[in-house]
Amino acid sequence: MPPTALRFDQIDKRYGGLYALRKVSLEITAGECVALAGRNGSGKTTLLRIASRLVRPSAGTLWFPDAAAPSAVRPGYVAHSTMVYDELTAEENLVLFARLQNVDQPTARAEALLHELSLFDRRHSLVRTFSRGMRQRIAIARALLHRPSILLLDEPATGLDPFGFAWLSRTVCELSASGCTIVMSLHGESEISALATRAVRLDAGKIVADTKSGESLHSILTFGGD
Amino acid sequence: MSRLSNTTVLLGKELRTEFRSRELLTTSAVFILVVLIMFSFAINPTAEESRAFGPGLLWLAILFAASLMLQPCFLREQTNDTLSSLRLAVSDPFAIFLAKLIANTCFLLLTELLMLPLFAVFYNIPVLPQFPLLLLILFLGSLGVSTAGTALSAISAQARMRELLLPLLLLPILTPILVVSAIVTVKLLDRDPVVEWKGIGFLAVFDVVFLTALWLFGEYLLEE
Repeated sequence: MPPTALRFDQIDKRYGGLYALRKVSLEITAGECVALAGRNGSGKTTLLRIASRLVRPSAGTLWFPDAAAPSAVRPGYVAHSTMVYDELTAEENLVLFARLQNVDQPTARAEALLHELSLFDRRHSLVRTFSRGMRQRIAIARALLHRPSILLLDEPATGLDPFGFAWLSRTVCELSASGCTIVMSLHGESEISALATRAVRLDAGKIVADTKSGESLHSILTFGGD
Repeated sequence: MSRLSNTTVLLGKELRTEFRSRELLTTSAVFILVVLIMFSFAINPTAEESRAFGPGLLWLAILFAASLMLQPCFLREQTNDTLSSLRLAVSDPFAIFLAKLIANTCFLLLTELLMLPLFAVFYNIPVLPQFPLLLLILFLGSLGVSTAGTALSAISAQARMRELLLPLLLLPILTPILVVSAIVTVKLLDRDPVVEWKGIGFLAVFDVVFLTALWLFGEYLLEE
């Protein structure tokens, strides 16, 4: 049995009187690729933001294996926003975040990712001059800079062109094969959702379905498509 | 060690983005210039009046310029949710504040130094004889304004009426430091200059208190 990578224990998240999550308990083992499905407002983004520790839960606990030093676990997180600076170039953005995370040889790592993303030729262009898809590729690269053991992807395919989409599928596949734990929120089925080994469906802040079997996994991802 | 290296990296980013856009420096410099010229022509002060009121006007202009400068400090981090990526990347959130307040202090000080010769000309107050001490007062005052302002900018950036909230919070909190800065500057630029060490000490204490508060509670100001 693989070790636990991440555990949500009776997590509640309230915004004023509104519950975004209600008593969510979920244990994710190392190397799992979990697809979160659900309608808009079902709590997927909140769950991912709590997992990234950007948002503190109103009740319940988030558990990482190295509980003594939770800051040691630094998930890679791709959000709705690109989370990069428009007024910096692609390379400046990646080198900035690589340096902040003490990545070895930050410039070399940034350039390697820019090569993979076919953005090397535009590395000195300001991000604000990029298309939505190019920005999304930079956003994903930022999350991968420090080679995280946990990767949280919130609708990562947003704005990607077929090349970007193929790159993302390949990257998710490779990371999953290398033992990286991946949690991603998705809308409907795609090449990326096909890589999921488990599907969890949220509705009104509660987990309503959780499966690892192929048939059910398919039905969870497609049921009530948004 | 990681706090220091994170602060250095983030300070580099702050300086690079500002010197690329020159948004804050231009706005605040123009604002201070307009206030100084406007009052100079409107009041047309005598030499004695200039010495009595000039430093107060200078600090008033600095205060309003600072509020213009501090407003986008955290607001621009919200455009692409870059504050979240910074929080994810740094091991110590105080590094985010430290970089911003050092950058704000530098920008404010730079604007003041650019405006000082014009202040001397328009108000006929020689500043060169007392320049080292004047620089110390400007530094301590600017550091206090930036420290409190950076903290309040983080709070107001997450509020609904953010444009209104920062000046509303900033003015009462900065009143003591502005009053003391103005008094110390008036005495220093007097015909018979007096160095008000008590006032300078007060400015230093104000800075230390706000820096400590920011170090202790800064992390909570960044939470969603």
